[in-house]
Amino acid sequence: MSKNTLYGIFDCELVLLAAVKEVRANKIEIKEVYSPFPIHGLDKALGLKETRMAITAFIYGCIGLSLAALMIYNIMIIDWPQNIGGKPNFTFYHNMPAFIPIMFECTVLFAAHLMSITYLIRNGLYPGAASDCPDPRTTDDKFLMEIEVEGDLAALKAMLTKNGATEINEKDA
Amino acid sequence: MFTINKKAKNLSIALMAIGLIALIFGFASNPHGAWPALLFNTYFYLGISVFAVFFVAMQYVSEAGWSIVLKRVPEAIMGALPAFSSIMLLIMVASIMHVNHIYHWLHEGIMTVGHAEYDYIIAGKEPYLNATFFIIRTIIYLLGWNYFAKKLRSLSLLEDREGGTAIHFKSVSTSAWFMVFFAVTSAMASWDWIMSIDAHWFSTLFGWYVFAEWAAIGFTSILLFTLYLQRQGYLKDVNESHIHDLGKWIFAFSLVWTYMWFSQFMLIWYANIPEEVAYFTARLEVENYKFLFWFSMIINFVLPVILLMSRDAKRHNSRLIFVSIIILIGHWLNSYLLVAPGTLNTHGHIGFTEIGIGLGFAGLLIHLTFKTLAKEQMEAKNHPMLDESKHLHT
Repeated sequence: MSKNTLYGIFDCELVLLAAVKEVRANKIEIKEVYSPFPIHGLDKALGLKETRMAITAFIYGCIGLSLAALMIYNIMIIDWPQNIGGKPNFTFYHNMPAFIPIMFECTVLFAAHLMSITYLIRNGLYPGAASDCPDPRTTDDKFLMEIEVEGDLAALKAMLTKNGATEINEKDA
Repeated sequence: MFTINKKAKNLSIALMAIGLIALIFGFASNPHGAWPALLFNTYFYLGISVFAVFFVAMQYVSEAGWSIVLKRVPEAIMGALPAFSSIMLLIMVASIMHVNHIYHWLHEGIMTVGHAEYDYIIAGKEPYLNATFFIIRTIIYLLGWNYFAKKLRSLSLLEDREGGTAIHFKSVSTSAWFMVFFAVTSAMASWDWIMSIDAHWFSTLFGWYVFAEWAAIGFTSILLFTLYLQRQGYLKDVNESHIHDLGKWIFAFSLVWTYMWFSQFMLIWYANIPEEVAYFTARLEVENYKFLFWFSMIINFVLPVILLMSRDAKRHNSRLIFVSIIILIGHWLNSYLLVAPGTLNTHGHIGFTEIGIGLGFAGLLIHLTFKTLAKEQMEAKNHPMLDESKHLHT
């Protein structure tokens, strides 16, 4: 049997939040929720896993730090040692204070850029990407709950209406 | 209502007794070394208590709602401000009366042309660094801070009794005035009390450096008192998110302190100008301080960063307590390094006098904080953002 997609549209985020809890309590999987603004507590209600962005940030920071250290070691110690104001230039650790700003900046640069890129890739966003949003009104004042179901639509529709959906649409096949 | 637990009371009295013994021992055996020990300990604890005023004022000025349920904790720490201010004033009066020799620029004849002690660099600073103006400034700082502390505290208690937003807005404007006053006076106090020990040397970010240190130890103390009170069954409304927020502040200000430390160090290290570098050679080329110099930097920066980086760590009470104690010890060592090399040179060492006075002041801080806490209801009432604070969830 083919899958049908239902869109329950809500006028108020609190009603939506209650409906999300109710729908999930009935063991029905919610595919996605669209909202004009972040709703406090929605991630918990949807049972979303905690973001792993912090871990990637740490890894990217470490990459930036080590690349910067390698780069500056190669430039200032191995390849072309320079006598700047009589500062020690034969060993890395003696000249370390001068390198810290560079290593710090590279850590930030790598962490920030790679995190942004990771975020965009994970969300399928790139220049010219088509919007996933099934209803443009969710960028204005409506809240939308997307549910994929097999089989009986009527019961689900009844439940959504009971939980405060003002409008229920079906995805065009 | 808070009642002081017998154990805490005995502990604070025991600590104060140790402090008193250390003070008597220090002044009897080596008064020349005891004054700097007293100065850096006073600087440390005065910082904690005046930062509590800053914390309260900051919450009002930024209209922050999260901290209201634990507002009485910094307000109680403010209760220790008059005591530490008096001790600081005492040290400064003793200095200008030549009872001690902490400040080289106060020496007889150092600003008189032709005198054997004449030092033309210090003489050039006479308009600012002279005994009369110095003591007037100290009195202004201390009176000002105490005035604002008293005012904010009494407004907060008045709000509990009367309610209404008029008192709240009065607190906001009082806090704003305090911010302006503290921005200037905290920097100037750091120049007067600490930076002028090495009178030839100056650093333009010294005020922020000292402020960052006060902030780190101030937030740490607020957190430790909050966790203690929570464990005793008070502060029912304080939840994990409040503790998490305090943890973030500690993490952030450990970094700010390091940023200041490093900015000051690197520019001087790189430029290598004798008159500037003298400050660091006095620390790095004297055996007594060399280890402490790097050690305090590591435990004030590396350990908090590693141990407090993750979100879970900032919600983990025993981890937070461990890091807080490390930070307090680290900044205590750093305060020692701000004072000792300039006053004692190669004769400085951390002994019973230094540690004893430090413990004694800790006892005094605990005693006065709990005494202030016990005077009033622990939970703030009628604050317009109280409800928001109770529902804090991050």
